[in-house]
Amino acid sequence: MDELPIRSGDDVVRVRQQVRGAAAENGLSLVDQTKLVTAASELARNTLVHGGGGSARVEVVKSPNGRTGIKLHFTDEGPGIADIGLALTDGWSSGTGLGLGLSGARRLVDEFELNSKPGTGTSVTIVKWSR
Amino acid sequence: MEQVPILKIGQTLFVSIQIDLLDDSVIRLQEDLADELAATGAHGVIIDITAVEIVDSFIGRMLSTIGSISRLFDAETVIVGMRPAVAITLTELGLSLSGVRTALNAEKGLEILNGKS
Repeated sequence: MDELPIRSGDDVVRVRQQVRGAAAENGLSLVDQTKLVTAASELARNTLVHGGGGSARVEVVKSPNGRTGIKLHFTDEGPGIADIGLALTDGWSSGTGLGLGLSGARRLVDEFELNSKPGTGTSVTIVKWSR
Repeated sequence: MEQVPILKIGQTLFVSIQIDLLDDSVIRLQEDLADELAATGAHGVIIDITAVEIVDSFIGRMLSTIGSISRLFDAETVIVGMRPAVAITLTELGLSLSGVRTALNAEKGLEILNGKS
């Protein structure tokens, strides 16, 4: 579906709005919409602040048992993450945040996949299924 | 960047967030509130987030920071009108909004502030 650039704070807001729209259209409950949009906001900000900008893709997916989900894919070509295990630890932060961005986003969704190597950038894919 | 207006009613500063918050707008609000507290000597801040659809870790941290700054001006901060879905998400995210109190609505928020001597 849509490939959205993440180059500024306005883009982060635009990603949130697109994700909200897709989640609402595809039958996610209000709480699940809110969780997904919050996770998207964390990841979009990471893409902007730590990745130096990148893009987000919003997709509607179907599970084998017929459930609908929203899949989000964030990519950047930033410095990458040296220690993924550490980056996913509650309270660990590379900057001035609370260190809840990545670990918190993971708790808010059903599927979470992070790929990163120093020097080659970072990609994060998340899925939230309708219930 | 959009600015969030700050209203002074008696000894209380009242802020109602009606826009989709940009990070820059939250930082601006923090600075505007500090200026306003210094200028007015208000003893309380009520931040109405009825219209706010999500509070992520950045916005949550900024709300806590506003609470800490307000305390330096002898003012208490009460966040009011949080949506149930936002409350559930914040808890799962692991944010506790330390440094601020919360109330169901603006009326109850004012009661908390007025109970302060």
